[in-house]
Amino acid sequence: MWRYMMRRYSSSTSARKLGLWWDRVGPAMKDPITGVTESFLADSSPNKINLGVGAYRDDEGKPVVLRCVREAEARIAGSEFLESVSAAVSSKFVEESVKLVYGNDSDVVKEGRVAGVQALSGTGACRLFAEFQRHFHPDSRIYLPDPTWSNHHNIWKDAQVPERTFHYYDHDSKGLNFSALIDDVKNAQDGSFFLLHPCAHNPTGVDPTEEQWREISYQFKVKNHFPFFDMAYQGFASGNLDKDARAIRIFLEDDHLVGCAQSFAKNMGLYGHRVGCLSVLCADSNQVGSIRSQLQRIARAMYSSPPVHGVLLVSTILSDPYLKSLWIEELKTMANRIRGMRTTLQDSLERLDSPLNWDHITNQVGMFCFSGLTPDQIDRLAREFHIYMTRDGRISMAGVTTGNVSYLANAIHETTRSDQEAKILCNA
Amino acid sequence: MRPELGHGSSSATDRRLNALLRHLSSSSSPMDSRDSISASPTSGFQNDSVFSHVVRGPEDPILGVTVAYNKDPSPNKLNLGVGAYRTEEGKPLVLNVVRKAEQLLVNDRSRIKEYLPIVGLAEFNKLSAKLIFGADSPAIRENRITTVQCLSGTGSLRVGAEFLAKHYHQRTIYIPLPTWGNHTKVFNLAGLSVKSYRYYDPATRGLNFQGLLEDLGSAPSGAIVLLHACAHNPTGVDPTLDQWERIRQLMRSKGLLPFFDSAYQGFASGSLDADAQSVRMFVADGGECLAAQSYAKNMGLYGERVGALSIVCKTADVASRVESQLKLVIRPMYSNPPIHGASIVATILRDRNLYNEWTIELKAMADRIISMRHQLSDALRARSTPGDWSHIIKQIGMFTFTGLNSKQVAFMTKEYHIYMTSDGRISMAGLSSKTVPHLADAIHAAVSRVV
Repeated sequence: MWRYMMRRYSSSTSARKLGLWWDRVGPAMKDPITGVTESFLADSSPNKINLGVGAYRDDEGKPVVLRCVREAEARIAGSEFLESVSAAVSSKFVEESVKLVYGNDSDVVKEGRVAGVQALSGTGACRLFAEFQRHFHPDSRIYLPDPTWSNHHNIWKDAQVPERTFHYYDHDSKGLNFSALIDDVKNAQDGSFFLLHPCAHNPTGVDPTEEQWREISYQFKVKNHFPFFDMAYQGFASGNLDKDARAIRIFLEDDHLVGCAQSFAKNMGLYGHRVGCLSVLCADSNQVGSIRSQLQRIARAMYSSPPVHGVLLVSTILSDPYLKSLWIEELKTMANRIRGMRTTLQDSLERLDSPLNWDHITNQVGMFCFSGLTPDQIDRLAREFHIYMTRDGRISMAGVTTGNVSYLANAIHETTRSDQEAKILCNA
Repeated sequence: MRPELGHGSSSATDRRLNALLRHLSSSSSPMDSRDSISASPTSGFQNDSVFSHVVRGPEDPILGVTVAYNKDPSPNKLNLGVGAYRTEEGKPLVLNVVRKAEQLLVNDRSRIKEYLPIVGLAEFNKLSAKLIFGADSPAIRENRITTVQCLSGTGSLRVGAEFLAKHYHQRTIYIPLPTWGNHTKVFNLAGLSVKSYRYYDPATRGLNFQGLLEDLGSAPSGAIVLLHACAHNPTGVDPTLDQWERIRQLMRSKGLLPFFDSAYQGFASGSLDADAQSVRMFVADGGECLAAQSYAKNMGLYGERVGALSIVCKTADVASRVESQLKLVIRPMYSNPPIHGASIVATILRDRNLYNEWTIELKAMADRIISMRHQLSDALRARSTPGDWSHIIKQIGMFTFTGLNSKQVAFMTKEYHIYMTSDGRISMAGLSSKTVPHLADAIHAAVSRVV
């Protein structure tokens, strides 16, 4: 015991003397998504294409600041609101945000049964919910679709909520593995927490049909599961805000009391401003105050309050009929460009006589295409063609332009034409 | 078809039943109706929220003061609660230099709103490090510091604490008694346990230096120690430079890890360099430390949540590894920090003229607060208010720890409509020449009539 103590003392003394407190700190793994952009930036090739991060680009490959945002920004510049969001702006923001998700005329909004708080974009909304879940359901776990956005795993892990996955993507059909999904829903313990992507699933772009959503909702009802929606792409999937919220509204018709993380990063192009909303539906309006107060308590110990600027921009746009309709128009333009690129990419590959089936490019929805490319093919695309994507084969269609789509199609064709699988499919 | 479910016939129940009927009678439903589940007690027909057991969280004691103040209809009410700067007219202040910087940003059509890197705006990080450690700091020159943009002071503390909880061998942080009300919650939720060291001496209304040295002296080797860089919140009591030196020696001899909270650089004395002396003293000895910086007060950017966490390491290699791990803390919290506030700060700090303008406006704010201290002290002396009130002048920064007890505070709120936290802390920034007499009257009455 004494020798042990002496050893500990001397090792901490010498560690202290050498300042070796951080010796055990190893270099962290690069984030699989943002690491792609780092590699892209380091590449000097003029042909390089970044198909990594899901940030919208116009047809020149440039980032876009929406006109409705520029106008809103000009209006609020020089305003007094640097201290904190006023209660009025804050509740307006939440009110308008939740109307987007649940519907202008939804009962839950009219009856005041939505507990909503601003959050730091989608990530922050998910993290707030995960902490809230752990606090009030400490024995629960979260079911995440397989696959899902990589950061979902980190978020619930850091909130100390254990995870399970449920079947989602079918690699063979490059579509939804619906029967396995439903089995997992049925086999989960009653009252489990599930994370669902209401539209434009990230990374696969594979969404359930309306009928499938109804079935999922029904099974959730039977099992008393809690549905938590991560809504990062409302408006981006179909170009229509209401259509993209259909899944959630189906759950509402079945009287589920859902939770929802909303992000304005993509659909308003406010990436860097970190604007989002977390909402939890309540059985009655009395609960709203309690839940909001608890969410704010969690936020207070993390960052106190979210930044004013982004909230003010969103609130300004959503409360002004002219700005809101301008936004809807610009959103449609973005969604249409992406859909157009899907069609062009698939056509180009087919015209190159690619032996593989590329239907999934236009079947999948939203910003991403789950290409089916293998890690080896992805490495080759980076090395030889200077085309960058995440190693799961996820392509951000927003990075595809009329200027680079032929180059991209050629590169994909080159990388896959000698594929063994291609030969098998050819003969099938 | 559906049995009674044993619930009252509320319209909500009817909606649920209708939803179920829709499913069961729908001909396009793919499900096998033999699979329909009967209404067992645990199945999903109660439709109670899974969060119905959630009780209302307690009001934040500091923000709660403003809530109560807002409700008060009295025309004489005075809010001395939250530490946000107010002008002589009692109005919030947007610094001129901040307005200028914001206008520059809005007018620059080439600016975009892409995600910042996880560690934030690089230029902001560099400039923030220079601001607190000094432009000539050897630690900066040697690349031994990692600085990451965070959400104001709170966010910087939280990220730092989570990093320590994951990677540091000691999970206890020592905080001064008293300290900012949110510190304990931030550290607890980050995974650290909290102990305290003696700090404030109610008898002298000054520093309990002996108690501080004893408590830090008996802390386990390697423990983390939270230090307020200047303008201690809530007491306004700061160690002298000599006392800082002794604290430094003690801490280094025991291998205690300093974690500075710098929320008032420039606000305390009016000089940015003077207010960073404590931090620079520790860095100068070549040792390691953490520092959380906030621009909420000194640039008036409260709502934009601008701050930075710096970790000073022994070597550049360690700093680089530490930075990579900080990214793993940040990514699952909010992915990357907000762009607007940091852009404003960078615009100001990088431009010599704007920087100078800022220092002048900052000094003006600090001077106004110092002037309020003198006016209040004079007013109490003029009323021959019983007691020694010299601490009003001696204490530093935005707050004065009056020494009033909670009964006296409650009295002042009830009779004089003066709002402050129940520990007797008043925000000097909330005072003006016009309102000092009212406050002096209230203090006089409280001290004379309430024990």
